[in-house]
Amino acid sequence: MMDFGSINPAVLIASLMVAAVPIMLAALGELVVEKAGVLNLGVEGMMIVGAIAGFITAVSTGSPVLGFVGGAAAGAALSLIFAFLTQFLLTNQVATGLALTLFGLGLSSLTGQGYNGIKPPHTGAVPFGPLADIPFFGRVLFSHDWVVYFSIFMVALIWWVLKSTRLGLIIRAVGENHDAAHSLGYKVNRIRLGCITFGGAMAGMGGAYISLVRVPQWVDGITSGAGWIALAIVVFASWRPWRVLIGAYLFGGITVLQLNLQAAGSAIPVEYLSMAPYLITILVLVIMSSGRGKASLSAPASLGQNFHASS
Amino acid sequence: MLRLEKRPNPSQFWQYGTPVVAVLLTMVVGGILFAMLGKDPFAVIKTIFWDPLFGEFAFYLRGQLLVKAGPLILIAIGLALGFRAGIWNIGAEGQYIMGAVIGASVGLAAYPTESRLIFPAMVIAGAFGGWLWAMIPAILKTRFNTNEILVSLMLVYVAETILAKAATGFLRNPDGAGFPGSRNFSSYKAASNPELIAGSGLHWGGVAALVTAVLVYILLQRHILGFQIKLAGQAPRAARFHGVNPTRLVVFCMGVSGALAGMAGLFEVTGPAGQISIDFNSGYGFTAIIVAFLGRLNPIGIVFAGLLMALTYVGGEMAATNLGLPSAAIQVFQGMLLFFLLGVDVLGNYRIRLVKGA
Repeated sequence: MMDFGSINPAVLIASLMVAAVPIMLAALGELVVEKAGVLNLGVEGMMIVGAIAGFITAVSTGSPVLGFVGGAAAGAALSLIFAFLTQFLLTNQVATGLALTLFGLGLSSLTGQGYNGIKPPHTGAVPFGPLADIPFFGRVLFSHDWVVYFSIFMVALIWWVLKSTRLGLIIRAVGENHDAAHSLGYKVNRIRLGCITFGGAMAGMGGAYISLVRVPQWVDGITSGAGWIALAIVVFASWRPWRVLIGAYLFGGITVLQLNLQAAGSAIPVEYLSMAPYLITILVLVIMSSGRGKASLSAPASLGQNFHASS
Repeated sequence: MLRLEKRPNPSQFWQYGTPVVAVLLTMVVGGILFAMLGKDPFAVIKTIFWDPLFGEFAFYLRGQLLVKAGPLILIAIGLALGFRAGIWNIGAEGQYIMGAVIGASVGLAAYPTESRLIFPAMVIAGAFGGWLWAMIPAILKTRFNTNEILVSLMLVYVAETILAKAATGFLRNPDGAGFPGSRNFSSYKAASNPELIAGSGLHWGGVAALVTAVLVYILLQRHILGFQIKLAGQAPRAARFHGVNPTRLVVFCMGVSGALAGMAGLFEVTGPAGQISIDFNSGYGFTAIIVAFLGRLNPIGIVFAGLLMALTYVGGEMAATNLGLPSAAIQVFQGMLLFFLLGVDVLGNYRIRLVKGA
């Protein structure tokens, strides 16, 4: 018999905030990449390489913070392959992104051998003292580890940079019309290279959060589609940072709720519950792509097109 | 400084030269990777690329080549059709699974009837299953303009869950003492897909792959639809003026690739895999993406690419047993191949010029 009463709303909200972190970080990174006019479908690959690199760094140094740095560095390093191929050898972005994912999945499984069954160092909650004891709000707002706050901070930072700074204007110009940006004297390919690397670091960090906090251990294929869901969230968000936050919390909520329903012994078979995040992603994509709120209208105009100065 | 200069026309030489260069580069960098893993790179490369063809156990391993190449070629030909038109079906793995599940269901429903009609019916059901699964992203794309890459990929995870449910639930062998997995098709003659010529590794899936390669080659060279597919990919604007119906093209390309992937799945469960099990799918749907590009999105090229990729699977397994090479290293190797292939392709479209003081 299903027992909704056993699900505490404060715990539910707090845990959905944690569940949302990996996809939120990865989606924010991809948002910046796409704002610069580049479609990197390698998010899943960069996330899983970040997950194993972060895990290995944290286990060998004993420091979870260094683990996140290591995950971000590995994600950025992997994204450089994509950047080099698409920006300097002008390869097709869709195919190269897929290659990045296939390569990353293999690479993570290769480097992860021998790390199964190990527990990583614990990432503790930020000590807020008495604030954490406030009923409801203490649990929801003041009980998290630093990455949860960092991810929200990054939403605000990226929103501010894209909206109100010169750098943001340049990034948007490159993504909307790379020929015009080029004639204004901006180095289109270098700006895109920077954005791709940033996206890689964010995806790698998101992956590290999965292996260091969410699960926390190393298993092959640990990201199980989180990178693809992050790509979908960027579309859902119509390329706006605050909507990425909403989208990620929504998906975090669905994930947590379906896990809770599984634990509470729901009448719906486990298999069908675990399909839910993927089916709902499809549903959301359909809603966002059709009708008046057409997502494609807000997509950066040069998205997915390569730039070559001579052509 | 090096500069890229666009060629007026893509180079004919590099059209065929790039896959060879890419394979050689992958061998070199892959060799470095194997050396870093503490293996003798020359021994590993020889085990992967030479031994399955000419080594001591080649009489057995050559057959394994066709077993692995069959599904890869079948799936890749379908994917290549779409890729040429700029339609990205990334979820062939899901269509492969659904083809296997639906096709196997038809066969298991008929158990233990013996009739010549059962296997053909299963093949049709398998193709239908894959087609149906591919129609979801196709119709969402044409009707709601939803991104087919993300939808087809999400459906892979859904299909994997359905497969798990099938293996442990609705298709589980009732005489299997509660173990997961369906009845074994090798012991149900009417529904099995045996080796056609002993030792060759050729089963109906391999035959289907070769026939499909020829048919699709003719379609692309001689039929108006093939022309429209190529046109839509190379010059979308011109295609619109020519009157190409994009909806029809999406439905056709997705449908064909789904049906072929579904058939590949059915041939696999009834033949080499033998039964529906939780993990009978071995990522062929994803590797086929590499095969499609390695074969230059050309059906005949894909046949050779599929055989080469099968060689890395068979040789990789050999290297795993004989030299202790981790099996994930082969996956890295295959991913690297796609990188080099895409990267070297620049030579076909651009000239590299040395510019002084740029």
